[in-house]
Amino acid sequence: MNLFTPLSWSDSGFILTGILNTVYISVVAIIVGSLLGLLVGFVRAESNKSINMLLGAFLDVLRSVPLIIQLILFTTFIGAMGYPLNPFAAGSIILSLYTMAFMSEVFRSGFDSVPTSTIKAARSLGLNYLQTVRYIRIPIGMRAVFPSWLGVALSVIKDSALVSVIGYMELLRTAEQLISRTQQPIMILIGVGLFYFMISYPLSRYGKYVERKMEI
Amino acid sequence: MNNYEFHWNVVFDAFPQLLSGAFTTVHVSVLSMLVGIVIAVLLALGKLSNNKVFYHFANIWIEIARNTPALFLIYMAYFGLGAYGIHLSPYLAVFSALVFINAGYLAETFRGGFQSIPTTQYSAAKSLGMNNIKVYRYVILPQMFRRIYHPMTNQFVWSILMSSLGILVGMNELSGETQRLQSTSFRTLEFFMVAAAMYFVITKLVLFTSSLIAKKVFKGELS
Amino acid sequence: MIEIKGVHKSFGDLEVLKGIDLNVNRGEVVSIIGASGSGKSTLLYCINAIEKINSGNIIVDGIDVHDKKTDINKLRQNLGMVFQQWNSFPHLTVLENAALAPQIVKGFSKEKAQEIATKELIHVGLGDKLHEYPTRMSGGQQQRLAIARALAMEPPYMLFDEVTSALDPELVGEVLDTLRLLRDDGMTMICVTHEIAFAKEVSDKVAFFHEGLIEEIGTPQQVLDNPQRERTQQFLSKVL
Repeated sequence: MNLFTPLSWSDSGFILTGILNTVYISVVAIIVGSLLGLLVGFVRAESNKSINMLLGAFLDVLRSVPLIIQLILFTTFIGAMGYPLNPFAAGSIILSLYTMAFMSEVFRSGFDSVPTSTIKAARSLGLNYLQTVRYIRIPIGMRAVFPSWLGVALSVIKDSALVSVIGYMELLRTAEQLISRTQQPIMILIGVGLFYFMISYPLSRYGKYVERKMEI
Repeated sequence: MNNYEFHWNVVFDAFPQLLSGAFTTVHVSVLSMLVGIVIAVLLALGKLSNNKVFYHFANIWIEIARNTPALFLIYMAYFGLGAYGIHLSPYLAVFSALVFINAGYLAETFRGGFQSIPTTQYSAAKSLGMNNIKVYRYVILPQMFRRIYHPMTNQFVWSILMSSLGILVGMNELSGETQRLQSTSFRTLEFFMVAAAMYFVITKLVLFTSSLIAKKVFKGELS
Repeated sequence: MIEIKGVHKSFGDLEVLKGIDLNVNRGEVVSIIGASGSGKSTLLYCINAIEKINSGNIIVDGIDVHDKKTDINKLRQNLGMVFQQWNSFPHLTVLENAALAPQIVKGFSKEKAQEIATKELIHVGLGDKLHEYPTRMSGGQQQRLAIARALAMEPPYMLFDEVTSALDPELVGEVLDTLRLLRDDGMTMICVTHEIAFAKEVSDKVAFFHEGLIEEIGTPQQVLDNPQRERTQQFLSKVL
């Protein structure tokens, strides 16, 4: 009797779920991480040294500890405290914070790139502080950092594969389970690789294109 | 809320093993960086060359490295090659995946650094009577090196952090070692907290040393 | 002496030099004027073999610049060149910029190279900037550094390619003063320039380039004060 059953059409639903789960968690992390990053980036661009140091230290930890360790630590911690979360929720929280750490740097440099003369010009037209932020600094600053933003977003999609470590059934974990059942690693892995590549490659090309256009 | 009791003794007892795990982490990162640099130079030359075969080979390598997850490449090396009868040890699987990715990213860094030197610098150096080797040795490469230095440091830090994926193929680097130690003691939280702290320290040490070297080596500013 | 005979040069289909003949004797200062695109700068690049020529000859002290057998790196040591963009080496100090080529090209000891470099840097008025990095200096200072860097090779000839056109107006004077200094030293110079008044003051000969040919050549009095050709007159009326 054969212990392994080959890949069949009936697996397509399973695979699709894996794909969708990867997309879900990536989208959540990119949106939440970008919003938090925008906020933190703005606070860092605006605030004095001591607040900056504190925030910087926190972000530093998020950037200097491997994502996989953060995921394990967080899940274990909330479990030990008696508030276990499902893998999607726990994964989303950590992946969003991790994304925020990188996005905040992106947005901070965006805010810093808006010349003070432009801000002064806006104020001289009668815009108040909040209006300057809303109509001048965010639009100009964000446009300048779009390629870097896209770069971080793409790396989040790739890093989302690591959420498999806490049991989230994203694409790569789905693939791993299919591999152990079918023993057809090459075909399955190449399919997975192609999926990531087809998302990441065109977008990274687009990012480079925008970057080149902005240089001129 | 549960009262979790921290037990640190078992972690302190296991500290030598954790250190040896950390050593493996640094080991695999340094090696994958060195080999990656050598390949990256070749790939960058490929992308700058007019030879179509060489160019496309470099291009495909670079784009796969940049557009697929590290974990995917580790699985390819571990399970994928295994299907062809090439059974890599966990160390070799992680090492080859990191080399592959480092080479891809660094190739683009090198190419960018090379192209960022204005052609007028070549003319100026040549007008002083320098031959090609001297132009590169004294004028182009030193300027290029300072432009690629920080991206290279970042890539090295990335390698250290990403080698933690060894945990998923049973490698005995810091994460894998931590995983193994906690599974027999069930002090998961304590062990991984220490591991996190160790990664933080290693990363900070690398960045600190790197900026120290930069201050010593790179005086003056870029134009 | 630099002898230029029937030099043609094309970039693709575009012929930039259409047969240039020009002699520059030792000790002479020759200025080349003309509209942008007339081939003035290209000629300088050809003299220094940074650009190849299609036909004709350029002979420097009896050596054919574009002969394959010529050791061009050796020849370039005799032809100091200063560019429109100063092209200082940003990773080296002012002193290292000027001492680099004497040391690695001429093979002088570091001490000897720095001694020569220091002398030239003092000559152009940068004696107090030896250990600074050029990126912190003004364009005028960087351009004077470029001149000192070329002079440190002790070349008998100097080629200047619009050395003041990338400078802010208030910095032009200091660079022109440096060129006057070199003329007083008896340096042989070819200056491609837009500074007509300067050309008139320092030159022994002025050549007016028009569309790849020398339209008119002679003393500054002949070419600039009493131009014979209509195109020269038109050009001068526009720039003066």
